[in-house]
Amino acid sequence: MSKAHSEIEPELLPGDLAIWLFIFMELLVFGIFFIVYAIMRLKNIEMFNQYQLTLNRELGAANTLLLITSSYFVVRAVHAIRLNNVSNCIHWLYAALAGGTGFLILKSLEYYDKFSAGIRLSTNTFYMFYLSLTLFHFLHVILGMLILFAIVIKACRGAYSDQNYTGVETGASYWHMVDLVWIILFPLVYIIR
Amino acid sequence: MMKYESQGVAKLYFIAAIGLFTGQILFGVVMGLQYVMGDFLFPEIPFNVARMVHTNLLIVWLLFGFMGSAYFLVPEESERELYAPWLAKLMFWIFLVAGALTILGYLLVPYAQLADLTMNDLLPTMGREFLEQPTITKIGIVIVALAFIFNIGMTILTGRKTVINLVLLTGLVGLAVFFLFSFYNPDNIVLDKYFWWFVVHLWVEGVWELIMASLLAFVLIKVTGVDREVIEKWLYIIIAMALISGLVGTGHHFFWIGTPDYWQWLGSIFSALEPIPFFMMTLFAFNVVNKRRRDHPNKAAVLWALGTAVMAFLGAGVWGFLHTLAPVNYYTHGTQVTAAHGHMAFYGAYVMVVLTMISYSMPLMRGQKAGNQKAQVLEMWSFWLMTVSMVFITLFLTGAGILQVYLQRFSEDPLPFMVVQEKVALFYWMREVAGLVFLIGLILYIYSFFAKGDEVVFAED
Repeated sequence: MSKAHSEIEPELLPGDLAIWLFIFMELLVFGIFFIVYAIMRLKNIEMFNQYQLTLNRELGAANTLLLITSSYFVVRAVHAIRLNNVSNCIHWLYAALAGGTGFLILKSLEYYDKFSAGIRLSTNTFYMFYLSLTLFHFLHVILGMLILFAIVIKACRGAYSDQNYTGVETGASYWHMVDLVWIILFPLVYIIR
Repeated sequence: MMKYESQGVAKLYFIAAIGLFTGQILFGVVMGLQYVMGDFLFPEIPFNVARMVHTNLLIVWLLFGFMGSAYFLVPEESERELYAPWLAKLMFWIFLVAGALTILGYLLVPYAQLADLTMNDLLPTMGREFLEQPTITKIGIVIVALAFIFNIGMTILTGRKTVINLVLLTGLVGLAVFFLFSFYNPDNIVLDKYFWWFVVHLWVEGVWELIMASLLAFVLIKVTGVDREVIEKWLYIIIAMALISGLVGTGHHFFWIGTPDYWQWLGSIFSALEPIPFFMMTLFAFNVVNKRRRDHPNKAAVLWALGTAVMAFLGAGVWGFLHTLAPVNYYTHGTQVTAAHGHMAFYGAYVMVVLTMISYSMPLMRGQKAGNQKAQVLEMWSFWLMTVSMVFITLFLTGAGILQVYLQRFSEDPLPFMVVQEKVALFYWMREVAGLVFLIGLILYIYSFFAKGDEVVFAED
């Protein structure tokens, strides 16, 4: 599974093919979720608009920035390992993990706020979608961080080099997916009216 | 022919599993007839008792099958003898005696009296579908499961750790943990049903899928010689999808039982995705067999492995999807459509994966690499007889179910339950015939173990 570091044309899909299978299935899950959300919003447009205003857009925007930035960091990590710079790669991965941690903290604050206001899955349809969609994404952020962390551990043991960096690309691809889903989720649930 | 001597304990478990399987099918055939001849064998074996025995035997023999499979698989994967073979043998006899006594209890005394005899009032857990076992039997199951997991766990932890044996261990621990919900028996019937599904659903659509995937992966590695690395990757994705879809997918049981209505959304969305891991298992099995590096002499085992993948997808995946969306389930809830799905899903996923393990390992435990020519031909015949008759059982029950939904729930003038049952009787008769063919297939299957014939010639070692 090792790859030579050369300037040949980029491959169709970076990383392991298996992760792409997984990514496409994840996107399918979120895709169905988004479509159902859109249909339910059409049916209850006033209610959705009313309760959308209670969401914290500032925190949402900050989280968007955090995830996009952290996505950039994993790009740097892949770049570093292609140049055989293992310690640099590890540093960028830690930076990406820090971005993910920031996301989880801000999101937890948001949840704390909503839960202490007595908001639950059964409060109404809008909150049901808001909570279940964001919580499902929240779990994906955790999974993505676990994957990145596993790569950090492997990198520390010297498993990656400019000859063999498929693993780093694989984790980076998954992390981009987590980011991408949020980039759709945030405007869909928090902004679009 | 076994790599480790202690793998041999699996034989005991498999023989008991096949014995109880036969019991299950006999009661199934009796009950199938009772659908159209209500007083057949009454009062000796009333319908509700036959049903309880049919479903309980299924669960117990599958547990025997899983344990036997684990005892065969784990030493080989961990590259060491079983931690405590004596414990495995002891637990076998305890489980067998406890299981037999429980079934005899169902058959010989009225259920209420069984509850009294076993002092159910101290910790009431009886009287719930599939979890009818007396409390003392349930405690016995927990003890057997703990001893089993200890034995398997110690073998794995002190031996080689592979993705296959770690996934299997996770599945088995999950099986034990979720069974604990059977001791929680709240007064509120909604809560009772809610947590009841934590056992039933999270077993069959959660942790059992992990067990199934790892058993299938093990057999496929052995019979195809394909790289472990490839198979492990598949395993990772399959279990990830099984858990993502299956855990929240529990919601499809919460549609009309008094739970909050958001379950209709969560249940529909996530359970609509539950066919995906099964579909991937099908792709996985065929892909790996196509890439095989050798032709294993045990053709029957390869057939069972491929059959498992296909039938699990059809039974659990397609037939599950048929009635999993809340608006559809509004009409089909608790009809023969459910029974159709139940039959093919249990057969296709769990019965067949255990039979796959038995097919692969039994010849090895009897000192051969594969059964003789005649035995394998007979076994493959039994595969087709059982599998095709199960397809027909499923189709007939689906026919009965669709008619039932229409006449009883959908039409302008809905008819009462029992009137509808008489109208769909033809389907029940046809199902009974298919059930008898299944029984013939099973008899042939058992006979195949004793058939004598020419040894299979090995192309290579």
